[in-house]
Amino acid sequence: MASTAAGTMSVELSVPSRSEYVAVVRLVVASLAAGTRNLAADRIDDLKLAVSEACTNAIEANRNAGSDAAVIASCWEAPERLEVCIADSGTGFEPAALRAHPQANDPERLNFERGLGIPLIRSLVDDLRFESTPQGTKVWMTMFGGPDSGDQTTEIVRTVVDRD
Amino acid sequence: MELDLHVDTSHPPYAIIAVRGELDVYSAPRLREALIELVSEGHRQLIADLEAVDFLDSTGLGVLVGGLKRLRSNDGDLALVCTQARVLKVFDITGLTGVFRITSTLEDAMEG
Repeated sequence: MASTAAGTMSVELSVPSRSEYVAVVRLVVASLAAGTRNLAADRIDDLKLAVSEACTNAIEANRNAGSDAAVIASCWEAPERLEVCIADSGTGFEPAALRAHPQANDPERLNFERGLGIPLIRSLVDDLRFESTPQGTKVWMTMFGGPDSGDQTTEIVRTVVDRD
Repeated sequence: MELDLHVDTSHPPYAIIAVRGELDVYSAPRLREALIELVSEGHRQLIADLEAVDFLDSTGLGVLVGGLKRLRSNDGDLALVCTQARVLKVFDITGLTGVFRITSTLEDAMEG
């Protein structure tokens, strides 16, 4: 398996660039995070949503570029973090050019039915970065938290059950 | 996971649409069609019951915002029933909690 500064790649998934496959990617990433990382359940929900948003954007980027390339999801594990990369073959974008949404009490707010994905991802993951070129975009999402240190909850439950 | 939609129009003037399952980029268009159909049938007070929604992403949110816009421009409203923290969190982060009327029970939503 490949290793970089981001850690060692533990999963690589290539899915057709179609909306029905977004659920597959988020379930695989969430299963990995739940199984091997010491992350709380609500943090796994956050990652699941962030991955879903990134895949949705990747599919749209491929479609806008007229590309039938796959969406590639990869998970990179290091002792203190899990990084998930979602890659498309779109024409790239300028992250700094993203428009901020108006406040909730602004009547303009209701005109933002779309474009909620990246602000959402940003608030859900511990770190977010983009590598965008005219040949495609990689969205890197990081969740801090080390490997799962064992099934402690089960141990506690077992102790309580044994005691009773 | 499949998305289940169940429409109940037996509490006029309210039309209740109960949503069950995952509301994402794949399934959200079905909810959009259902909302449009209810509005075209003349319903103006819609309630989306999201209590059985396991997953909601920004596409699902976009469909709800679109429905709300369509109804408000027709002197109507779209209220939401939801107590699930993981779903409410999405409204919260995107600043939409203050845009929708969100209640804990269907009864509260019908008291309008």
